[in-house]
Amino acid sequence: MSAPLPLGATLGESSSLAIAFVIGIAFGATLERAGLGSARKLAGQFYLTDLTVLKVMFSAIVTAMLGLFWLGRLGVLDLTRVYVPETYLVPQLAGGLVFGAGFVLAGLCPGTSCVAAATGRIDGAVTVAGMFAGVLVTGAAFGSIGGFAERTALGVRRLPDVLHLSYGATVLVVVVAALAAFAIAERLERVARGEEQV
Amino acid sequence: MSRTPQPYADPYRAGVALGLVLLAAFVVMGRGLGASGAFASTTTEVATLVAPQRAAQSPYFARYLADGVPPWRDWLVFEILGVVIGGGLSAWLAGRLRRTVERGPRLATGPRLTFAFAGGGTMGLGAVLARGCTSGQALTGGALLSLGSWVFIVAAFGAAYAVAPLLRRLWT
Repeated sequence: MSAPLPLGATLGESSSLAIAFVIGIAFGATLERAGLGSARKLAGQFYLTDLTVLKVMFSAIVTAMLGLFWLGRLGVLDLTRVYVPETYLVPQLAGGLVFGAGFVLAGLCPGTSCVAAATGRIDGAVTVAGMFAGVLVTGAAFGSIGGFAERTALGVRRLPDVLHLSYGATVLVVVVAALAAFAIAERLERVARGEEQV
Repeated sequence: MSRTPQPYADPYRAGVALGLVLLAAFVVMGRGLGASGAFASTTTEVATLVAPQRAAQSPYFARYLADGVPPWRDWLVFEILGVVIGGGLSAWLAGRLRRTVERGPRLATGPRLTFAFAGGGTMGLGAVLARGCTSGQALTGGALLSLGSWVFIVAAFGAAYAVAPLLRRLWT
């Protein structure tokens, strides 16, 4: 018996786009509630004064990861029909390094810059404009750098394959890593508030 | 506009809520969230309107034109429209809508906006190379345990911590 979810391909284009809009509203609202429309809050992550970014992102990853694992195991969700981004090892390493530098310059990432702009922050709107410019210039120059972006194409490659662990064991490793990161984050924030020495 | 802004939510509760939104996208659509992809589709749409031949020559824009559907009729474009509405609505309900320029205590407005534009441009390049950003790679690919996404997470935060001491004047 095949799992009933995801609906995905069974939906028409218009209903897909309507669902995208609704999910986007929830996405934007949760980012705003967490305070991630604020560049100063995000920058606090990199100066270890406010680790909201780590706490929100890691608990979101763990929640969704556990949901996927258990819905898959219970036969509700067919994980083979969930799209996994393909791995392009070297361009993703290089792109990540470049992205990280831009993250500190702007104090926002692409999604949070949209929230910042929507909540009245001019710096958010300017970051959005910068993103458009960056994508346009890179897209126009893609003839010369495109070869690099296609290198080390490994297809769908997941951590359990690389770590030689089962899916469940990998999930457990990520949960433990997240709990350790949360403990360190709380400690660092106490140190930043002067309540505790390093 | 003169209301006292409510404090932000507890980060763990907000994170679990964000994770449930991401899970809903997986369960309903069979795909996760994203942000930079919406920028890519929109840029392709504009490039095609302004300079159709040049846009079609770029292998990057061609990616978004290949299926024959106009690039703006894309899942992520509608999702990001929702992000703007949802973010604005949430801030309004919490009394947090403010027209401001957020900047570090030592940085004037002009330089702040210049750095914001430069940062956006840099992230644009990075997201094109990495095929995604903090949403499409870190959150979505992270929850799916994709190797390339975890490489992106480590690289992006590693670079951010390496660069942050040099940019202290921006934020502290």
